[in-house]
Amino acid sequence: MVFVTRLEHFNAAHKLYNPNWTREKNEEVFGACANENWHGHNYQLYVTVKGEPDPETGFVYDVKKLSTIIKEKIVNQLDHKNLNMDVPFLQGKLCSTENLVIGIWQQLVPHLPKEVQLHSIKLYETPRIYVEYFG
Amino acid sequence: MSKRVSVFRKEHFNSAHRLFNPAWSAEKNQAVFGLCNNENFHGHNYELIVKVTGPINPDTGYVIDLKNLSDMIKSSVIDRFDHKNLNLDTKEFAHLNPSAENIAVVIHDLLRPQLGEEYDLHIRLYETERNFVEYPVQ
Repeated sequence: MVFVTRLEHFNAAHKLYNPNWTREKNEEVFGACANENWHGHNYQLYVTVKGEPDPETGFVYDVKKLSTIIKEKIVNQLDHKNLNMDVPFLQGKLCSTENLVIGIWQQLVPHLPKEVQLHSIKLYETPRIYVEYFG
Repeated sequence: MSKRVSVFRKEHFNSAHRLFNPAWSAEKNQAVFGLCNNENFHGHNYELIVKVTGPINPDTGYVIDLKNLSDMIKSSVIDRFDHKNLNLDTKEFAHLNPSAENIAVVIHDLLRPQLGEEYDLHIRLYETERNFVEYPVQ
């Protein structure tokens, strides 16, 4: 079993805000991240798949094809977008990095070929903050 | 005459913005600014490198106390822009397109009056890891 990782990136605006709470409680819990006018990040997305190398190609999976799938299904939906407002698969969800990796996992799985398994989604919100999800 | 040395302080802030010229039609804004024109904004982790060049003070061995420079950048720049919408939340960009170029010039102009005449000031601003600007030109 070999793990193959592809790194992609996107830039987006978001805010952390629970609509069921008062503005005061949101500011207390989420601090500066609750700014009603949004703030933003350069996200770095690591997608890791696993499988056995194909004896004829030596590849677990063609990373160019993996990159195309990630771009079409994930990056094009998130890049230069407002995560709270513009992204169908995040509608009604809190736009934390934790929820973002779960959403990305669910979006990606149906589009991967059956010879590879999705192993993990790692997402950097800043160079100093990242989350991981293993399904 | 004491030798002149450059010292650097690196800071960062996260902001939302939109590139948009209100004098243009929606179509022209879209044609020129593309994805950056999204009316719902997008955002970046900005990395800021402030370079101060000046003589070494013989009493301290410092060009400038970097803690003081850090405090100056935090109070003048980071508190103003971090976790803000540059277009909506800052007076500096209420009528100025918040391109990386304009942000670098604004940061320079916020800091310059706080530094003595013996210092040169230079700003490098990363909008992404791959896009960055410098002001003034050298």
